Amino acid sequence: MIRARALSKRYPQGIDAIKEVSFDIGTGEMVFITGRSGAGKTTLFRLLAAIERPTTGSIIVNGQNLAALRKSAIPFLRRSFGLVFQDQKLLFDRNAIDNVLLPMKIVGLPANEALRRARAALDKVGLLNREKANLLTLSGGEQQRLAIARAVVNRPSILLADEPTTNLDADSAAGILEIFRAFHQVGVTLIVATHDPQWVSRLSPRILRLDHGRILGSDG
Amino acid sequence: MRRFLTQHASAFGDAVRKLFASPLGTILSLIVIGTALALPAASGIILDNLRDLAGGAPKAQQISLFMASSADRRAFDEIELRLRMAHVGNWRFVPRDEALERLKAIEGVPEILASLPKNPLPDAFIVEPEDVRPEMVENLAKTFSSWPEVEHVQLDSEWVRRLDVFLRIGRLMILMLASLFGGALIIVTFNTIRLQILAQADEIEIARLIGATNAFVRRPFQYFGFLQGLLGGLFAAALILLGAGLLSSTLDELVALYGGRWAPHGLDFALVGRLTGIGALLGWLGAQLSVAVHLKKGA
Repeated sequence: MIRARALSKRYPQGIDAIKEVSFDIGTGEMVFITGRSGAGKTTLFRLLAAIERPTTGSIIVNGQNLAALRKSAIPFLRRSFGLVFQDQKLLFDRNAIDNVLLPMKIVGLPANEALRRARAALDKVGLLNREKANLLTLSGGEQQRLAIARAVVNRPSILLADEPTTNLDADSAAGILEIFRAFHQVGVTLIVATHDPQWVSRLSPRILRLDHGRILGSDG
Repeated sequence: MRRFLTQHASAFGDAVRKLFASPLGTILSLIVIGTALALPAASGIILDNLRDLAGGAPKAQQISLFMASSADRRAFDEIELRLRMAHVGNWRFVPRDEALERLKAIEGVPEILASLPKNPLPDAFIVEPEDVRPEMVENLAKTFSSWPEVEHVQLDSEWVRRLDVFLRIGRLMILMLASLFGGALIIVTFNTIRLQILAQADEIEIARLIGATNAFVRRPFQYFGFLQGLLGGLFAAALILLGAGLLSSTLDELVALYGGRWAPHGLDFALVGRLTGIGALLGWLGAQLSVAVHLKKGA
């Protein structure tokens, strides 16, 4: 499903964030990209989500080489991902359900169908009773669950999350963990970039350990 | 197809919501756009009507063909035949005796005429051309001059020609004014959309991250520009029609003093269609330019 070969990313300032990284991720796998802060996790997340282009090497997702993908094709590729960002990237001038409706608005799903799916997604993350809530009234954990609901509402085959438990308390983080486990159990390929060791012990995923932009090892 | 229509309906809805989101700003923009469209359009209508009034004024576009004193019946028949074949419009023959009788009707003239040994007036043809454009009338006059036994051709519409030159200058100035105001309209929309893009920078970034195409991002702004221009055009048409309504009776009086009748044209549904169409087009263009410039870096 995902194949990276000799993947490198150098930023204009000359910083090598990712160096000659190669790996394969199969359909339905649960993979955690771990490493200390600055190891290159977020850069790899951005490369996988086609937010950044690699400097050299290739990254093939569902048969498409992201390094050579036309700019106009990138939005359509991103629709096959569910993306959960470290800073959630929610719209605070809209209520909870409007945030979840956004991806379906982008693909042009009819309003009734979109609303049905949005409610189902909110239900999955335990926020159905907060669908009209102002985002400022949601806790950090609830906001992260809302971000997950938005990521999964279009039924992506790959769920990519970047540090989804940062700044969350233990209970909220455990809740997020359970949600991810549930999605993985229904066949979603789960790729999580995290520095949080509690994830690894609880979910027993395959681990890609990054250090200074290189993969030190792959476990699981 | 259904998804495509849903996306457009959604973008249109967003644009309408944006128009109502800040009513005062929208009203001010509509006043600016409406005025920018109304001024050149109203000036154009005034010029067109002036030109028609001038052309329709009694005796404004007559051509008199004065025959040589040697011209006989055969010469008159020849001119009549030529006029008929040329399909120039209405014409009539005025014999010298009839002309003399008319002249005698003017006070003081009979005494002068009595002192003359014979009728000094020539036979004449008075032509009222169908095509009253000054250049056409002038061409006709030149043609008539070359006809046999026609001694002198008099164009009774010199003042109309002069007026036409002024109108042409006026038209040129209106064209320049329209270009200037059209540009202003584009700039107004450009700036409105720029501010909207800045205000929605986060939303645009997030939408792009989760799969929005450039078309999806641009569409609501394009609809907004289109709608704002369209409503501005409607406002401009309303301004013009209102102005014409208020001035109508006064203009009627004025024109009547010059022997004409005030029957303005150009104040109809076609005007509304033209103004809304031009407004919508320029608004869309302003929006298109703005999204092209301001969304480029995030693409």
